[in-house]
Amino acid sequence: MYQYIIKRLLLVIPTLFGAAVLVFLLLRLIPGDICDMRLAGEGGLVDEETLNTCRAIMGIDKSLWLQFVDFIWGFIRFDLGISMWTGQPISYEIGLRFHLSLQVAIMATLSAIVISIPLGTISAIKQNTWIDYFVRAFSIAGIAIPSFWLGIIIILGLLITTQYFSGTPWMPPIQFKPIWEDPMHNLSQLLWPAIATGYRYSAVATRMTRSTLLEVLREDYVRTARAKGLLEKVIINRHALKNAMLPVVTVIGIEFAFLMGGLVVTEQVFNLNGLGKLFVEAVDHHDFTLTQALVMVVVTIFVFTNLIVDIFYAWLDPRIRYS
Amino acid sequence: MKRINRLMSFAIATCVAIGISTGGAMAQKRGGILKYIIPSNPPSADGHRETTFGTIHPFAQYYSVLIRINPSNPASTTDFRCDLCVGDVPKATNYGKRFTFKIRDDVKFHDGSKLTAKDIKASFDRIVNPPKGVLSARKAYFLMVDSISAPDDTTIVFDLKYPSGAFIPAVAMPYNFIYAKKLLDKDQHYYEKNVMGSGPFMFVEWQPGAFIKGKRNPNYYRKGQPYLDGTEAIFAKKQSINVQAIRGGRAYIQFRGFPPKSRDDLKKALGDKLTVQESDWNCVLMVTPNSKRKPFDDARVRRALSLAIDRWGGSKYLSKIAIVKTVGGVVFPGHPLAATKEELQKIPGFWPDIKQSRAEAKRLLKEAGVPEGFEFEFHNRGVDQPYKIVGTWLIDQWRQVGLKVKQRVQPSGPFYATLRKKKDFDVSMDFNCQSIVNPLLDVSKYLSSDVSGSSNGQYVDREVDEMFNKMNRSGDPVEQRKIMRAYETRVLDEKAWALPTLWWYRIIPHHAKVKGWKISPSHYLNLDLANVWLDE
Repeated sequence: MYQYIIKRLLLVIPTLFGAAVLVFLLLRLIPGDICDMRLAGEGGLVDEETLNTCRAIMGIDKSLWLQFVDFIWGFIRFDLGISMWTGQPISYEIGLRFHLSLQVAIMATLSAIVISIPLGTISAIKQNTWIDYFVRAFSIAGIAIPSFWLGIIIILGLLITTQYFSGTPWMPPIQFKPIWEDPMHNLSQLLWPAIATGYRYSAVATRMTRSTLLEVLREDYVRTARAKGLLEKVIINRHALKNAMLPVVTVIGIEFAFLMGGLVVTEQVFNLNGLGKLFVEAVDHHDFTLTQALVMVVVTIFVFTNLIVDIFYAWLDPRIRYS
Repeated sequence: MKRINRLMSFAIATCVAIGISTGGAMAQKRGGILKYIIPSNPPSADGHRETTFGTIHPFAQYYSVLIRINPSNPASTTDFRCDLCVGDVPKATNYGKRFTFKIRDDVKFHDGSKLTAKDIKASFDRIVNPPKGVLSARKAYFLMVDSISAPDDTTIVFDLKYPSGAFIPAVAMPYNFIYAKKLLDKDQHYYEKNVMGSGPFMFVEWQPGAFIKGKRNPNYYRKGQPYLDGTEAIFAKKQSINVQAIRGGRAYIQFRGFPPKSRDDLKKALGDKLTVQESDWNCVLMVTPNSKRKPFDDARVRRALSLAIDRWGGSKYLSKIAIVKTVGGVVFPGHPLAATKEELQKIPGFWPDIKQSRAEAKRLLKEAGVPEGFEFEFHNRGVDQPYKIVGTWLIDQWRQVGLKVKQRVQPSGPFYATLRKKKDFDVSMDFNCQSIVNPLLDVSKYLSSDVSGSSNGQYVDREVDEMFNKMNRSGDPVEQRKIMRAYETRVLDEKAWALPTLWWYRIIPHHAKVKGWKISPSHYLNLDLANVWLDE
């Protein structure tokens, strides 16, 4: 088991290096630079000398090779550098937003787990009944509806219904307060994006639970358990569900990692100052250092989430542990 | 006679504005927090360095400036008033080459230290002649300045190289925050991340990407102001969230502007709880043909492109769906230096009869050897309001004279790279947006490409450059206006280097309880919020 974990940990190094090379090169392929955006973006009179001074301050007048070495050397020392746009340390910029993204990801994941596992299980047990059809329709709708669109509809729905019933339109807060500071404010802001993203997330997990459970329920050992006269509840909970959970755990892990940096549109729709919104702004501003750092953070989250999922896999399935 | 009439109406307008503001003062209520939305995220807090409204909207309230546009009459393009100086904005002496400002002696920075002429000198030195490693985005506006001196604590003197009508508007630019000399002496980069000024509000907290909070400055030098207890600026880029935040009461106002549809939606939802202010906007969308590319190297073809555009008709319809409205030439419409409607209608492309214009466009294209159905690429910016909407309209306008146009839309970064650096376009959307209305400098957009960094048509026209210099060195408004007409004719007609489409139109729907704030022709102006109060 330890060997397995060490092997997986060593694989992290080339993965991160590959991602670093890729993001560095891809960013440089986009035409334009931050100084154009920053100084000439709104049409003012800016001379070439000022633009060149800006490029020197930002370090983008250096050779690509030097820029890459700076980036990698910083990353090795866990120094993500300074944001070209705000001049603030990137660790500060990310730190400010990390707990919001983490909370949304946790809330969405919890709601997805709470919804998907019971629904997927019921759907599999009651295959081809009206319950199954309903659950399948519900989950297909969840996959088909983009989260950001659902977010817009949720906000509009809240505005219209509250205006209709109370005369004053209400929308969720657009400023974040940590849950330990003001729980009501925090939850009334983050509940809606968690629902919007959690719905799609739960739909994917529901379908996965249903299909893998159906597969497991047709296995010989389940038939044997039934032949032994075990209670259906015990067969499902102890023998079928645990084995059916392997792919579901993978889906949940990948989705969780995605939520940490991938809510680029949903965060904008709800004006959440999270990592997704920061990502969009960094790309928009041609903030190379911030974009690179964010990509590396998200890649790291993905890599380590996958590692945790793999370890969890080994815990769930002894065959992996002992192989 | 016309000039006297203009002066008379200006005087009457000023009196009315003063009357309104004095009368209004009786009803002003104190207290409350103004919550407003900023559809941007400021790069830094340093006004000298930045060009985005994202820096002005949250930070202007923390700083004083030397002079500014009259906050009670911000619609005026020429009504400049003292902020830190005493009395009226001074007139030039020494043959138009010296401006001496007397400074108030009752101004304190938020840390309690006294603001003197030395702080103003240090601030303008940083803008006009930035030290090595310091960025000044407005250096180019002060090329006329020879030296700045502060002979004593209450006097600041600007000596110019030549008399210039562009100097006072340049000083009144809202980005010219006055910083404390002692802090600049320690660290020229201090103000990029820190806020310490002498404005009506004091800085409390800034959470990047989220909000900025300020509180009333109890020692503000304008007694009784500000009226608000504080301000809370929320950063939200997405337009839908801006509209919903105002509708849902999470914010009371957004100072940049909304498209007509959002105004109508908000009006429908909030009824009389909403007030709408509208104004012409000191931004013009223009078309820049690449004069290095065939057939756009031919003035007849460029003129034909202009003649095909029905600006008067377009204004009527586009203003219902986009943030554009007013037909104008190179100068902001309504400014004394701008062309009157009669003058404008003499320029090809601005003729009132579009049939005649298009017939002439077809004739010119034929004469220049451009075949029917000629295809070219129109380069546009990937921003809906108003770029993509106006771009789509332009393609249809050109289709009507037999041209076939393909549109290439790029996000802002690559768009600028193509327009400014790579120059690989046939015809591109371009724009001229400024803060203070300062036509003498604003028209530098139309100079030769080797002279002006913001001119993108790749042409060299020394006659235009010469007229610009002459106009800027003339202290006489009558002469300036005369040269401006010749300049405009050269740029829009004879050479047709650039083709203005429509000027932007600013629409600010806000909660009716927000009082005291008046719209200006620029989203960069009148944002110190000292005269704003909440009727609640």
